[in-house]
Amino acid sequence: MSEPPRPATPPGAPDTAATTTATATATAAAIVTAADGDGLRKAAAPRSQRVIPLRHPWRWVLTAVALVVVAQLAHGLVTNPFFQWDRFHYWFLRPVILDGLLVTLEVAAWSALFGLLGGIVLALCRLSRSPVLRWVSWIYIWLFRSVPLIVVLLFLFNFSALYATLSLGVPFGPGFVHFDESRLATDMVVAVVGLSLNEAAYAAEVVRAGVLSVDQGQHEAAAALGLPRGYQFTRIVLPQALRAIVPSYVNQLIGLIKSTSLVFYVSLLDLFGKVESMASTYPGDVVPLLLVATVWYVILTSVVSVVQFYVERYYSRGALRTVPPTPLQRLRAAVRDLRARAEIGPAA
Amino acid sequence: MSAARPAAVTVHDAHKWYGAHQVLAGIELTVQPGQVTVIIGPSGSGKSTLLRAVNHLEKLDIGHVTVNGEPIGVRHHRGRLKEISERAILAQRRGIGFVFQGFHLFPHLTVLENVAAAPAAAKRKSRAEAAELARTLLGRVGLADKVDAYPRQLSGGQQQRVAIARALALEPGVILFDEPTSALDPELVGEVLSVIKDLATGGTTLIVVTHEIGFAREIADTVVFLDGGRIVEQGPPDRVLDRPEHPRTREFLSKVL
Repeated sequence: MSEPPRPATPPGAPDTAATTTATATATAAAIVTAADGDGLRKAAAPRSQRVIPLRHPWRWVLTAVALVVVAQLAHGLVTNPFFQWDRFHYWFLRPVILDGLLVTLEVAAWSALFGLLGGIVLALCRLSRSPVLRWVSWIYIWLFRSVPLIVVLLFLFNFSALYATLSLGVPFGPGFVHFDESRLATDMVVAVVGLSLNEAAYAAEVVRAGVLSVDQGQHEAAAALGLPRGYQFTRIVLPQALRAIVPSYVNQLIGLIKSTSLVFYVSLLDLFGKVESMASTYPGDVVPLLLVATVWYVILTSVVSVVQFYVERYYSRGALRTVPPTPLQRLRAAVRDLRARAEIGPAA
Repeated sequence: MSAARPAAVTVHDAHKWYGAHQVLAGIELTVQPGQVTVIIGPSGSGKSTLLRAVNHLEKLDIGHVTVNGEPIGVRHHRGRLKEISERAILAQRRGIGFVFQGFHLFPHLTVLENVAAAPAAAKRKSRAEAAELARTLLGRVGLADKVDAYPRQLSGGQQQRVAIARALALEPGVILFDEPTSALDPELVGEVLSVIKDLATGGTTLIVVTHEIGFAREIADTVVFLDGGRIVEQGPPDRVLDRPEHPRTREFLSKVL
């Protein structure tokens, strides 16, 4: 029987049809046809109408309140003489500040790189089948998560006093290569080593969590295909783990960018260091100088957040059926949508 | 297409315990090259464990498995069995296909990359050759138009067919199926079974764990009924499935048929 598509028949109709079918097929067919006719008439009656979405009047009220508060804050920020915006403007792009910014970037970039590499190695050790590696890694992470970063930095800063030379050679035996520590350990090296040691401990836990988040079936499938161990990790497990690793590691990274301000205490003049030393020379400009540092740190973390969005999008390949649109695509879609609405006019 | 000759598989005196619980209690099994063996039995009877022991995803406590006479995951050394290195085990697995109940395709790789991964990575085929092989195999399972899709964009039946193509890409002497249709919607079971049936008639050695008794009757050369980690009964399907001798087999079949 070829039925036209029809809306749900009234609740009574199908039941009647069913019971009648049991007794007499001929009459049942007649009843079904009758029910069909009934359904068709019902479907035809109301004209097809657009559904009007639920309105949210309170959202508009809340938006207004929020806008007023933001405007007030912005007004205060601009007009309050306490902030000395002219001095801010004077300092913001001064070469001395930009030098500091460069040092901050350099320290952060190297520490992020070495920290992540160290973290991957430590995570692999913690996940390895060798109990020795597991323990070594656990103790490292335990130690460096326990000791405050500033303490690590100051220790390293005074390291050359403890060990005047570093040698590579037989353990407890003669050394072959000697380094003079005071020359090797510049302030930059001390800062990067200190931050990397600290960062690696945290990165290790982030990486480990990511690797554990990959389904056991993926490990089994890779093993069943006889894929070499290195290939299993770099091509199968890590790309999937990165989906979980990236957001947490970016969090770590932002923390790292801000903790670079501690290297000031090992006499490396980064952004914060320059600001501090300028502030002691020009005591009247403390507030605008702190604002300069604030704005630069905000810019750095914003750049990292934008990069994060695109990296996350990249690693969501295959995990989502459709990747989320970029802000630009979303904007275009919104404009297109507005235009379409304007053309249709107010909802009928 | 699968260039490798069908392999013979034997299981010798396989025992396995999970803690105090014995899952395999002395299994002896011989599969001739090109034969299709279907393993049936109630859940917890050790079917999957036995199958996974064949490519050493599961280690046996006693006994061993051979494929074409070569012990898998172990070697004989002065009259004893010693475990071999992981690298060597991985190399052995490249001759054994395995299809999982849950597909386990790599979600971040396209269908083509999934199938081409093993030949490219492990067998040192060139990328182009691996991709060519993958295309051919995907055509064979009826998915030539899906090469660039990601696994999550496919239906369960399509995913399982990709998984079969991925196993075939090893050009294996034997393919193991662990309940290949149990995770599928009923309407998708048929497409996967028909691919397996093609392999069966194509002369590849297959060992299939399944609950599809009708399918077992259709493709099996030998049906093995497992219960409590032991082989209760084995033989041609018309004997084991239609005229089972053992009361336990009869009881099981009366429930599932």
